[in-house]
Parts: sequence; structure tokens; C-alpha cells
Amino acid sequence: MSDVKNILLAGVGGQGILLASEVLSEVMMMAGLDVKKNEIHGMSQRGGSVVSHVRYGKKVYSSIIPEGEVDILFSFELLETCRYLPLLRKDGQVIVNNLKIAPPSVALGKQDYPADLTKEIARKFPATTVVNGLDLALEAGNAKTVNTVLLGALSNVLDIDRELWLKALHKMVPERLLDVNLKAFDLGCNAK
Amino acid sequence: MEKVLLSGNEAIARGAYEAGVLVASAYPGTPSTEILENITRYKEIDASWSTNEKVALEVGIGACFGGARALVTMKHVGVNVAADPLFTLSYTGVRGGLVLVVADDPELHSSQNEQDSRNYAKFAKVPMFEPADSNEALEFTKLGFEASEKFDTPIFLRSTTRISHSKSIVELGERPQEIPQPTLERDPAKRVMLPGNARNRHYVVEKRLLEMEEWACRQPFNRIEKGAGKVGVITAGVAYQYVKEVMPDADVLKIGLVHPLPKQMIRDFSANYETLYVVEELDPFIEEQVKAMGIKVIGKDKLSICGELTPGRVQKGLFNKDIPTEDNSPELPARPPNMCPGCPHRGVFMELNRAKAYVTGDIGCYTLGFMPPLSAMDTCVCMGASIGNATGISKVLSEEEQRKVVAVIGDSTFLHTGINGLMDMVYNKSASTVIILDNRITAMTGRQENPASGYMLNDQETYRVDMEQLCRAVGVKHVKTLDPYNIALTRKTIREEMARPETSVIITTRPCMLVPRDNMDKRMPLYVDHDKCTGCKACLRLGCPAIAWDEENKKSNIDRIICVGCKVCQQTCGFDAFIEHGE
Repeated sequence: MSDVKNILLAGVGGQGILLASEVLSEVMMMAGLDVKKNEIHGMSQRGGSVVSHVRYGKKVYSSIIPEGEVDILFSFELLETCRYLPLLRKDGQVIVNNLKIAPPSVALGKQDYPADLTKEIARKFPATTVVNGLDLALEAGNAKTVNTVLLGALSNVLDIDRELWLKALHKMVPERLLDVNLKAFDLGCNAK
Repeated sequence: MEKVLLSGNEAIARGAYEAGVLVASAYPGTPSTEILENITRYKEIDASWSTNEKVALEVGIGACFGGARALVTMKHVGVNVAADPLFTLSYTGVRGGLVLVVADDPELHSSQNEQDSRNYAKFAKVPMFEPADSNEALEFTKLGFEASEKFDTPIFLRSTTRISHSKSIVELGERPQEIPQPTLERDPAKRVMLPGNARNRHYVVEKRLLEMEEWACRQPFNRIEKGAGKVGVITAGVAYQYVKEVMPDADVLKIGLVHPLPKQMIRDFSANYETLYVVEELDPFIEEQVKAMGIKVIGKDKLSICGELTPGRVQKGLFNKDIPTEDNSPELPARPPNMCPGCPHRGVFMELNRAKAYVTGDIGCYTLGFMPPLSAMDTCVCMGASIGNATGISKVLSEEEQRKVVAVIGDSTFLHTGINGLMDMVYNKSASTVIILDNRITAMTGRQENPASGYMLNDQETYRVDMEQLCRAVGVKHVKTLDPYNIALTRKTIREEMARPETSVIITTRPCMLVPRDNMDKRMPLYVDHDKCTGCKACLRLGCPAIAWDEENKKSNIDRIICVGCKVCQQTCGFDAFIEHGE
């Protein structure tokens, strides 16, 4: 049986998903594990649906997570969470940012944004954590640190030394934004 | 040795550096673009964006004739443009090594077709390496240069989206201390491809491929991984990873050089199994050749030729196991890509829609003008096709219908291959309206410089092509330049020029929203005055991501976080409901 862990990041182009998956992968590499990550650039960056696959363990082959084997769906937006729920293992976990971003058909008034998504997600996957990312990011002092807040919440469910997370943030976040991001990470860690 | 996490594209750039490459040229194209962008971090390499893939390869060929190692990169469809020099380069061979990286896009994540470049390797008689992860991407790039010089041939390195855009752990090496100084060296029998010379060279090419085939049977990049000994799999590239994932007990022949195939090795391997699979993405390239050797294999009868492979798709194809897929049910609203808030193209497409134009389109961000609610693109074939398509369709229509035809093309695409179409349109006395959407950058692939930018890949300033003069020089009499943020003028000009029975060009000029150096003046976001908004939805015709319909209040709203204050929506509103801050 493979020891590989699979995390699928999902959200909307422009939410900082690629940076978050970058930090996560760096952490796993520093933990001495084999890591692969995968995502699509190009068209999807224009406000479209974005996913990033991160896999780590003793030896990783495919950079795409085999369908139905996602251990953690780590999602930045509610609707996008629902899109990828079928790819989760039955006992999978969800960490989701409590945020709705209207897709074009909703913005044009042609379709409604589906109601009660958080309830729906938690019903299907009892191991769901809902994080108020934007509130915490604003508390940290910068609305653009939502991705770091969410990484903090993710770190709670991964068995990785806190020091490694801090080291990765020091390495990958620009100097002038470091303090606010460290604060955002801690707020995410403490989020209930 | 230092270990780092690199994408396939970053690893290829690093491989070029470690191979002592002196010149790198490319035209941007997803998923290949980041290779050249990453090469700029190695100051020893002269890296540049060429105007198109053909020119990029010709620049590479020149450098290699001078004795330097040269890297040329492009996406799969770029090879169609570069095919002309490529096929003859195969005959001339190289002096310094030349590696042509081609990045295929199975699943068409960001492309207009799904062609399998391995067929080019066979067709052009150019050997091709195919890496399966980032570490191999680096190693095979270096190996490519060695093989290129050893066998006096250009070498293909084939990547795919999942190799180029995946990150995995890579071991770094060093750049060689001494790199041979390029010089002029004459060898016309080898480099002047007239019939008399080329006829001789063709024999050299065929002999070379046979030699390489034999050589490849003894090289570690083609290897056998022993499993339980019951089932054999022949595979290459990213498909290898899916095989290891899905069939951990299979014996695997992993092929690193996909052209020419190591035939003896394949024969020896195949002899051991009753059940033998070929697992490969897209065309049955390996499968057909293995079958032609008289070996029975299972391949594309079980795995689709269309789309990319995934671990689940391999499992489903070979073992008929059901796999879960993303929830794309209609209840979950889709989230397609869209033009950015403040994109200068948006108003132009709204006006084309309103003018009921028949729009021959082209490749770029503006292809998104096809999407509702703009819905203003009727054709899109390939880079530069819009103008030729407009010429052709105008030839067969009545005079009245002709006037509806408008070709739309971006600055980078126009300079890539559109200019030829415009010259042809004038030369052959066709009549159509051409709109050049000049945002001074190659935007879709992530903002790369081009001759309309005034900057080079290394950020140095350079001459900026004068679009208006260029159009006049090929004989267009009616050239108008306007600011596409001015909607009234855009509408008036489009309608006037569509009515004109002669070729005319409208250049809409306004830098891409995403280029910081061109967007220094910060504009304030707008907001909607709900007392004035009548809920008529006219602004929604723009499809701007910053404008959303508020179903509860039956009014429009602006998302002030993403609004960039272009004020195009303000001009669509008949009730002055779009207000600037402070008003």
C-alpha cells in the first residue's frame, strides 16, 4: 500500500492558490519527502476554475492525484469545493474558505449561486473545517493573505513540524510582506 | 549536489544552462512559455522572443552554424510554423548542438488542437527525447545537446502540459567551465541545401537514424524495470508515471528516446510476455511501430487517442474500473475563463456584437470574445488566420454581406503571421475591415514582450513597431487608431469602416491591464448608484467580472476590489448610475 498523501487545492484564478501549493510543496520537501505538484496555467488564469495537485510520500509517481484518492480537499471557494468533492476518498477531509465568488452565469443573473453549500459539504464529509479566511486576513492586516490563513488551518491537520512551515514562509514570501503573512498563518492555525 | 523543486520548464531552462547553451530563442505558447522566461536568470545565455516560431528556429540554426549550442522552444502548433526550416535542418545537421523543445497540450488545456508532435520526429527525421519528470527534463536536455553533436543532428525534446507544469525534485549540476568560442566556418556542401547537395545529405540522414536506433538500445535512457514478470508494458513520457501508479507489479520498458525506437530492445522485451501493453498519450505512435514489427500489443483499442491520460483513465481503459470525475452537473454553474476587468478588448467586442459583424477571429486573450455575453467571434483557426479567412470569405459573398466581415487580431499575432495576410488582402484587392487589438504585449501566454511592446525579453528598451505606418506601407489607405475605452468613438469607427467597400484597418491601442510598466496611472474603482440604476442590465452585456447582478434588489453592483476604473460600463449606462469615487 502506498504511503502517498494527496492534497487537492481548488479555487478561482487570482486567489493565490499557486503560491499556497508552492509553499505546501516546499514544506514537504524540507520534511525529507518526495513531492510532486501539478497545475494548469494559461486559459485558467483568467478568472476560471483553478486546481493544483500536491502529492508527497516516500516515492511519488503520477503528479496527478488518482481520481477518488484525494485525502484533503483544500479549497478557497465554496462552489469550487463542490465541483471537486467527487474526487475525495470516502473518509476524506475538507478545509474550505467561507467565500462565494459569483461565476459569470450568476453575475449575469442567469443562474443562482447554489444555496447552503457549507451544510451540503459537511453533510457529505463530516471532517470539514470552514475557515473565515477573509476576516482573519483582514485581522492580520492584509486582505491578500487569505491563502496564508488557509495554510495555517491546513497545517493543523498535517503532521509536520511548525518550524518547517515558518521556514518555508520565510523562504517564499517577500520580505516586506513576511510579518503580515506570519500573523495570518498563526490566525489560521488558531481558527476553529 | 543541491536538490530543488522545479517545474519541467524550469528544469529544461536549467538543463540548457548546464549544457553550456549560448543562445535561446522562442515564440511564447502555452505550455512552453516559462522555459525562456526562466532562462533569463542565466546571464550567460542570450535569450530572446522571436516574432514567430519559424524565425525562432532560424535564429537557433544560425547560432548553431556559428558553433554555439542553441535552444529553441515552442508549443506543438508552433512546430507547424517552424516546419519549413526544421525539415531541411535535419539534412544540414548542426555544428553546435541544437535542441528544439516542443510542448504538446494533450486535453487542449490552452490550445486549438491536440496534435502529437512525435509524428514530426518521424516526418522530419529528427530524433526525439521524451522526459517523464523534471529531473529527466533537465538530464534529457543535456543529453540532447550531446547527442545532437555526436550524431550531427538537431534533437527534439518533447514535453507535455503535465511535464512542463508539474514540479518535482531535481538534482542540480554545474555549467561547463569552458565553452568553445563560436567562429565562422564554411561548409557549403553541408549547409547550402540545393538539390545536388541535399540529395547527398538525405543518405546521411537515413544512415544516422539507423545508427541512432542501434545506439539507443545500449543507453540508460531506455530501460527495463522488472516487476512480477507476468505483464509487460512499453511506455514513455508522463504515461510512464501513470503505469507505475496503476500497475506497480508490471515489467516496464520505459523509452526515453521515442524516435528512433530501440527496435531490438523492444523485440527482446516483448518475447517474455503473453500480455503486452503500450501505454502512450494521444496517437498510437509507439504502438503502430511495435505492431509493424509483428508483435501483438494492447493499446489504443483500450485507451483513447483523444485527451490526456490520467491514472484513473489508464485504470478504466485497461481494467474497466469505474472512476469518479469532477461534478460538472448543470446545477453547479460553470466557471469559464473571462477577459480581465478593464481589459481594453471588451468594449470592442460588445460593439462588434451590436454591429452584427461576422468576426473572423484569431489566437489570443481576445478569443474569449467568443464567450457570452460578448458572443462576437465566428471563426478561430490558427495564429494569423483571421485576415486570410476574411479575404477568402469576402471573395464568395455578395457586396452587402461582405461588409459584415471583420477580422480581429492582436498585436503579437498580427506581427507573428497576420501581416502576410494583410499584404495579401491589399495585393489581391479584397475588401474587409481588420481590427488590430494592440495591447502592446503577448497577453494570453502571460505577458511576453513582442516587437509592438518597445521592450525585449530581458526588459531592455528597443524600437517599437509603428503599426499605423506598417499598415500603410503594405498599401492600406484607411488606417484609424483609437482608444478602445472610448466606446462612442469605437462604435462610430467600426460602423464607418464596415460600410467602406475597401480594405481598412482600425488599431485599438491601450496597454494590457496586467502590464505594470504601462499602467502607472491608478484609476479609482466605480460604484453603482442604486437610486439611478433602473435594472435594465445594459451593463451586463459587457460580461465584466467586476459587475454582478443583484437579484434581490434587481440592480447591478460593482466589486470594488477588482474594478480598475476603466469606465467602459459608465458609457453603456443610459442613466448615469456608474459613479466615480467622490462624486
